[in-house]
Amino acid sequence: MIFLTRRATFSASHYYWNEAWPAEKNQQVFGRCANRNGHGHNYTLEVTVAGEPDPVTGFVVDLKWLKDVMEREVLSAYDHKHLNLETPEFKNANPTTENIAIAAWSRLEPAINSAGGAKLSRIRVYETPEIFAEYRGEA
Amino acid sequence: MKAYFGRRYLVSASHRLYTPTLTTEENCAVYGKCNNAHGHGHNYVVELLVGGAVDRETGMVVDLVALDRTVDERILDRFDHANLNLDPLFADRVPTTENFCRAIFALLQDALPAGDLEYVRVEETENNYFECWARG
Repeated sequence: MIFLTRRATFSASHYYWNEAWPAEKNQQVFGRCANRNGHGHNYTLEVTVAGEPDPVTGFVVDLKWLKDVMEREVLSAYDHKHLNLETPEFKNANPTTENIAIAAWSRLEPAINSAGGAKLSRIRVYETPEIFAEYRGEA
Repeated sequence: MKAYFGRRYLVSASHRLYTPTLTTEENCAVYGKCNNAHGHGHNYVVELLVGGAVDRETGMVVDLVALDRTVDERILDRFDHANLNLDPLFADRVPTTENFCRAIFALLQDALPAGDLEYVRVEETENNYFECWARG
């Protein structure tokens, strides 16, 4: 089994807020991230797929194909967008790095796993070079 | 749903690789430049991965501010800008990055504000790093 990882970057804005809580609690729990005017990051998305190299091409997947899938399924929805206001998955859930990793998995898994080759293995989302989250499809 | 939260910290510290169980010549042969009597230093990067259920109310595995506070208290206040050889943890252990990595794992394992420590990675330089995993 070979694990292949492709990176891409996107820039987006977000804020953290739980509508079920009073403003004071939001500010207390989320601090500066609760600023309703939002703030932004240059995110790095890492998509890891696992599979056996094709005996003819030597590829686990065609990287150009994977790049296009990432662009179509994730970057076109997230890049230069306000995640709270413009993406349905974050209408009622905070766009934390953890939730972005899970959402990116949901967006990518059908396209990757139905292609008949490698399977999606891991998503990593870097919010900054020092802060990241990972999702491996676990319940 | 189980996800993982990762965080990287900078720890600048000095150390000297030396063991009293070997002779001066043997220390020099085993550790080379790292055996220099006056020590030397690194900008260590300590990377943590914390696994756990994503809290439905916050969307988080662990609160970044609370995690930073724990790491500040347990790791950075203790080791940043310090000489690792002088720490009691290394009184009878050589402060190799293998041992440093394992020591950090032990100091944080039961102290996290939420989640479970999946691994600790310590990057000694850009060209080498060490990992200590919860399983094995």
